[in-house]
Amino acid sequence: MSEATPAANRGQEQRETPGTQQAPGPQPPHGASGSAAVSAPAAKGSTIEEKQYLLRFNADTKSHLHVTDADVCLTKCPDKLCTIFCPAEVYKWEDVRMHVGYEGCHECGSCRIGCPHENIEWVYPKGGHGIVFRLG
Amino acid sequence: MPEKFDAIVVGAGPAGIACAYELAKAGVNVLLLERGEYPGSKNVMGGVLYRQMMEEVIPDFHKEAPLERPIVEQRFMMMDRQSAVTFSYKGLEWAQEPYNNFTVLRAKFDQWFAQKAVEQGALLICETVALECIVEGGKVVGVRTDRPDGDLYADVVVLADGVNSLLAKGLGFHKEFRPDEVALATMEILKLDRKVIEDRFNLEEGQGCTIELFGDATKGILGTGFLYTNKDTLSIGVGTLLSGLIKHKIKPYELLEYVKTHPMIRPYLQGAEPQEYLAHLIPEGGYRSMPKVAGDGVLVVGDAAQLVNAIHREGSNMAMTSGRLAAETVVAAKARGDYSAATLDAYRQKLMDSFVGQDLKKYKDATHHFDKFPQYFEAYIPMMNRAAGTMLTVDGASKREKQKKIWRDIGSAKQKFRIARDIYRAWKVMK
Repeated sequence: MSEATPAANRGQEQRETPGTQQAPGPQPPHGASGSAAVSAPAAKGSTIEEKQYLLRFNADTKSHLHVTDADVCLTKCPDKLCTIFCPAEVYKWEDVRMHVGYEGCHECGSCRIGCPHENIEWVYPKGGHGIVFRLG
Repeated sequence: MPEKFDAIVVGAGPAGIACAYELAKAGVNVLLLERGEYPGSKNVMGGVLYRQMMEEVIPDFHKEAPLERPIVEQRFMMMDRQSAVTFSYKGLEWAQEPYNNFTVLRAKFDQWFAQKAVEQGALLICETVALECIVEGGKVVGVRTDRPDGDLYADVVVLADGVNSLLAKGLGFHKEFRPDEVALATMEILKLDRKVIEDRFNLEEGQGCTIELFGDATKGILGTGFLYTNKDTLSIGVGTLLSGLIKHKIKPYELLEYVKTHPMIRPYLQGAEPQEYLAHLIPEGGYRSMPKVAGDGVLVVGDAAQLVNAIHREGSNMAMTSGRLAAETVVAAKARGDYSAATLDAYRQKLMDSFVGQDLKKYKDATHHFDKFPQYFEAYIPMMNRAAGTMLTVDGASKREKQKKIWRDIGSAKQKFRIARDIYRAWKVMK
């Protein structure tokens, strides 16, 4: 399993550049490193960032998720439900546009079915890419 | 000349592997396609594998398969915020052959199962996405993959491509699913010493226990939580209809945390270390959401055919049985040299005659009913908790006074009538 390297790409902006392989997915919260939660065992793995950190991803260089019409998110979708129900927090609203962190996607399909405007183009990542479950 | 197989099975989950195994065993030249790095790398379930349907594919599998624990006790917790009413069945007949069911970890189990299909003669190719079915003259003749020159041909294609089944949708076998036809489940696997697991769940060495969680586990939204024992890990998860998460604007991983830290659950997880977090959709539309399952040169099995009994948390068993029945049908079709929809329709008939079709029909209105009337989870489970708490608390009040208090708590005559009606309705959709 690949170890994520928090120092290498902490912060939102750098997520814009997708990793070519073994992308760690979403970053840990500021001030947290891989072992920061040890002092509070009850809280370990409690945030989505920490949960995503448990996973192995083999991200493609291209996104398999696309917002069809960015204008729909901006003007017709006040609730931005995908930012709520996506189990991997792939969708994040950034002022005027939807940021799609496809590297951390579980490929569950909820966004395709749940988007009230059918505004998400959803396909599987290229063969061998995307999430790699080791246990469950 | 492109490569041609007798059969292509798309997707190496329980349905696809069972189908490929049976086909290969019968001497059919079968290709099993998997988009993940290895079988199981994209597959998620709570973790219960049913012995009977697995054994119908591989007898005595339990002697060599990577299983976690045979389940000897099934508990059902009706949860309120600070309390729970628990029912349980524990039977030692489940602790010995022939066994009832086992917990499994899918990444391990699916790899083993796929290997067994390969030993029978199936060709397994991983890291390959089937993008669409190749249709010629109204008949499915193969699949287009994301590999260079990736067109593959076969007499019949079996779609075992899971809950999203883009391939069946591409053929027009079903429309896009609605958010009230799928449940979004999230789960976590946590490491815990095996001896601690056995002590904590009152188990003899090697035995397992499952706990299903209702009511406050989902904050009253239609769905369930679960806590299963593996060898040296626990699987805890929660699933609700996607429409429920949307309606209540709840983040799925926050709901999972809510369950993990619930006072009725937290002690079970004390000291357990998270290992993996997983999310997956479960097809819960039942009988009414089933797509067309047989066409010219094509069959649909498992989650792709919506074969899940949400009430009894069964799915992997239905998947395997559907895969096996599809294989039987293909073997017969091969003997006749006829893969037309009319011949392959024998699969649909076999499926509907089996427990799969019977159970899906039995519960065809159940999910919809409990979704439409949220009071079962929102109101009646807390009421049940209050009644138990009142009756079992010894505080000097006479038992008759307590009964009166419980009766008053249920509410006015009108509300009592409503509850009686709801009990009748629940019985009607479950009978």
